[in-house]
Amino acid sequence: MQKSKLGRLAAATLGMALVIASCGSDTKTPAGTTADSTGVSTADTTGAAAGVTCDGITIGYLGALSGDNGALGQNMVNGAQIAIDDFNAANPDCKVSLDKQDSQGDPAQATPLATTLANNASIIALIGPGFSGESKATMPTFETAGLPVISPSATNAKLTTNGWKMFHRILANDDKQAPGVVQLIKGTIKATKVGVIDDASDYGKGLADSVRTGLAELDIANATIDPKAADYSAAVTAMKDAGVDTIFYSGYYAEAAKMLTQLRDAGVTATFVSGDGSLDPAFITGAGAVADGAYLTATGAPPDVNADFAAKFNTAYGTVPGLYSPESYDCAQVILAAIAAGKVTRADMAAFIDAFDAPGITKPIKFDATGEPEGSAVFYTVVEAGKLVSKGLIP
Amino acid sequence: MSQDINSTPPPTAAAKSVFGSRFIAAARRRRTIETRWKAVPRPARALLVLVLVVFIYLLPSLHLPIIPTSSDFTALLAMIIIPYVLVALGLNVVVGMAGLLDLGYVGFYAVGAYSLAILTSQHATVPWLLSIPISVGVSMLAGLLLGAPTLRLRGDYLAIVTLGFGEIIRLLAKSSSWMGEQSGIGNIKSPPNIGPIKFSGTIQERNIAFYYLAVTFVIVVFFFLRRLESSRVGRSWTAIREDEDAAELMGVPTFKFKLWAFAIGAGIGGLSGTLYASNVRFINPDNFQLKLSILFLAAVVLGGPGNMVGVMFGAVAVSYLPERLRFLNTSRYFWFGVVLMVMMVFRPQGLLPRKLRARIKPRDSDVPAFVDVSEGDPDLEGGSHGTATA
Amino acid sequence: MTLSLGGFLTFAGFLSRFWPSTITGLVLGAVYALVALGYTLVYGVLRLINFANSEVFMLSAFGSFLTIEVLNIPQRLASGGDPIKTGWELVGVLALCLLVSVLIGGLSAVLVERIAYRPLRQRNAPRLVFLISAIGASFAISEAVGEWGPQRRKEYALTKFFKKEQLFKIFGADVYNSNVIVVVGAAIMALALVLFVSKSRVGRGIRAVAQDAETAKLMGVNVDRIILITFLVGGLMAGGAAFLYEIHTPFARYDVGFSIGVKAFTAAVLGGIGNVRGALLGGLLLGLIESWGSSLFGSDQNIGNVAAFVTLVLVLMVRPSGLLGESLGRSKA
Repeated sequence: MQKSKLGRLAAATLGMALVIASCGSDTKTPAGTTADSTGVSTADTTGAAAGVTCDGITIGYLGALSGDNGALGQNMVNGAQIAIDDFNAANPDCKVSLDKQDSQGDPAQATPLATTLANNASIIALIGPGFSGESKATMPTFETAGLPVISPSATNAKLTTNGWKMFHRILANDDKQAPGVVQLIKGTIKATKVGVIDDASDYGKGLADSVRTGLAELDIANATIDPKAADYSAAVTAMKDAGVDTIFYSGYYAEAAKMLTQLRDAGVTATFVSGDGSLDPAFITGAGAVADGAYLTATGAPPDVNADFAAKFNTAYGTVPGLYSPESYDCAQVILAAIAAGKVTRADMAAFIDAFDAPGITKPIKFDATGEPEGSAVFYTVVEAGKLVSKGLIP
Repeated sequence: MSQDINSTPPPTAAAKSVFGSRFIAAARRRRTIETRWKAVPRPARALLVLVLVVFIYLLPSLHLPIIPTSSDFTALLAMIIIPYVLVALGLNVVVGMAGLLDLGYVGFYAVGAYSLAILTSQHATVPWLLSIPISVGVSMLAGLLLGAPTLRLRGDYLAIVTLGFGEIIRLLAKSSSWMGEQSGIGNIKSPPNIGPIKFSGTIQERNIAFYYLAVTFVIVVFFFLRRLESSRVGRSWTAIREDEDAAELMGVPTFKFKLWAFAIGAGIGGLSGTLYASNVRFINPDNFQLKLSILFLAAVVLGGPGNMVGVMFGAVAVSYLPERLRFLNTSRYFWFGVVLMVMMVFRPQGLLPRKLRARIKPRDSDVPAFVDVSEGDPDLEGGSHGTATA
Repeated sequence: MTLSLGGFLTFAGFLSRFWPSTITGLVLGAVYALVALGYTLVYGVLRLINFANSEVFMLSAFGSFLTIEVLNIPQRLASGGDPIKTGWELVGVLALCLLVSVLIGGLSAVLVERIAYRPLRQRNAPRLVFLISAIGASFAISEAVGEWGPQRRKEYALTKFFKKEQLFKIFGADVYNSNVIVVVGAAIMALALVLFVSKSRVGRGIRAVAQDAETAKLMGVNVDRIILITFLVGGLMAGGAAFLYEIHTPFARYDVGFSIGVKAFTAAVLGGIGNVRGALLGGLLLGLIESWGSSLFGSDQNIGNVAAFVTLVLVLMVRPSGLLGESLGRSKA
């Protein structure tokens, strides 16, 4: 009797495992390695892939889809999916799919997933890794596998100093944005007393520190917030106390909105400036009317700069494009252009990306030898009447 | 306050009336796994263990059907599952064996990982082999430093202090430039190659090498703890867990042994941290969030606190399940939570509960393992002063 | 080890930041205290850390948001209307939101008890198992909201439905109407709870069960009902706290409960878990320490968090059962 109970337990466990396994097993077809090389080398991928056999060709995505930064990852896959859907509609004989792997932004979870993606022969290029941490942990894997990656969002300046051949990114790194921010604050806004607040994140701290160095000759007040905290009164008090006329917030849009709201609630009227992490329509919805007059910088154009993309995005998801959506769209466009040009092996893909030079929706896309985007002009946007209004390059 | 955190509340007070009593049958069933195993002759047992060990080493090479997940299985085993098993063994010393509730175990894991990172990359280039014992030593020291002032606290107070400790470690790492702040520490050294086991080879070679290393750590720690469990130390822990006051009265230096449990647990936690750091090669404070402590604890409780084989199963369940559930995409953690609840309801004593206290309560064989004597706290169990009998 | 503490302040700087940070600390502390009550009540009666209390808070926060959406206030603002400023409309809206928030809090706490705890109580499970079951429930609730909730994993930001206005100054620090609403609201709720526990029949039942469930049962107390009511009351408090929190910062996310829950639980232990007045004191103290810590030492919020936990460790080393000791059963409140 005792034995049977044990047996039953084992059987039940095994049964459960089987059920789960049968749900979970997804079969992957290996890529067709032969390809007709009738290449067309422009970013315009519509109808270009005629004659290319691309059965089962897959683009990988590695980044957070759930967890703390899940919302950012969702923005990315949504942006990329628009490009892929367009491509598939234009090329019914050459359907490309997106294999999304959710790392939760955690390097430990990302590493086994990276190995899986690298081992999957049908994946010839990858969008991601989403964040700098997971990039550091997974790039050795992609390097060894020769799988080219284009990150829409990893902006840590040191990432491109590792000698990785497969790494590319669309957004300019934090060090390149900082001079633009400094220029904006000194030249355009003509600030005298500046408050610099960061969120202690890899991105926020890195950018804030570069800006602090650039502004060293001005009077600076500093503060650091915990993005998960209930309120930011300590930083607000510090700013109020210092009597700053301009505040640079270095972090992401959700906290930027909260920060700005609390600053204005406390009667701080200083000009609000933030970096590309805040360049999301949710910044405006979050902050409401007080968002007006805020300056946002970026090394690309703001998300709604391309009306066509914004319209498609809205049709597909019912919202405006978010932070990193247009960058991901551009990543996908580069990869799809390669597929349209018949580059369906990883090596061809890598060579194609390295040589790529065509306009994207955020900016002209061209990578240097280390994978950094060339031309790191910093643009700025001002919120006017609840809308992001692009003001072009920082003068 | 009830002493043993693994135990039910004292039956004479809240428990007997508030909680229906149905666990005597469960207690009988529990005994069977243990006794059946004991009934197998010793040489056969040794052989079985050997076969099991060989099987575990070969696991990634066997390409079993069904079990592998959508993540690369070898990497998953080496990076997540086996380190979890190691952590669970370490936490089990504290929670399962000595009965101290630790909600900040990730702190020791972080101390180990950061020690290795600082020694091999951030501030020095100490050889990997030498860094491991140093890192484990630092973790044990952290355990002693935390334990010495706080181990006089009981039950849930200790839990919250350890939770605070875990958070303090993470926040220190986050705001200290010496520890790399939020951008973390990269280029952490890997172990040296040992013949065909190449830590610096291709991805597959590296993953399998780390798998072997991790399994070896687990086996060494397992047998070390097995010895310890049946020694004076282990018996003292059992005594403390079951009734600290009685143990103290009987001459067990409870504080000393609690400190030992804490230090050993911390050392094993640190060891898993070094394993993690040398495998991922990059760490930052986000890798050591409070949530991880909770998952570690869940592994121990799910497996059956006090039973080493049990907690290993628990660790595998907690680390494997979310990966297995990946086909559910982003909702997998919702289902993980549901499964956690359901499993607790159906197997509250854990997958493999610890053995009965046959030695300790010979008079009354129907008293289940979890019944303990209330410490006689003046409030909740006001009237239950040391009167817990079946 | 070199901590980047930033610059320490001058004495003048200290003074100019002291009072503002005290006011913030009181506001935060009021929220922590109310949530801490939920932990402390359940702990007093069942000796269990009700880990899912934080998700009760989160659900209530979403509840009050949805109410405001249903009342069509954001649309009114979007079309150029005025935010509600004063008068009966404001009182009505606030009362309605509070009611919804509190009801959702109470209801979800009761559901958590039914689903995650009662089956375990019936099985007489070990105490740790309750903790893990509660953690499972907590994961499931927050992930469900993150996965299928109104804003999924994004921040749920609410255009301010009422205007913050400066009311008066204390030692040069501005005090806003929202600060007053939060602190006064929390004080009223806490007072009501203290009276309920110490004066009412059911409150006596709660204290009786906390002191000795066995005897209470013999004396004719319906223990199961008392436990349910304890969860209900704890949930009501978390619901109220969530609403007040939304007045202070009109943002919520599916994981908003976690960090507040940890703080509130810390506060409950700081004051002496199981002790109602201890939870109130602990909450206020923790809020103040956190606020002072972040404000006075280089404006780094992480330092504030460190200060909160370090204080906890130090207090417990001196007073091992919290500031006021644990005594839901014995105390008058």
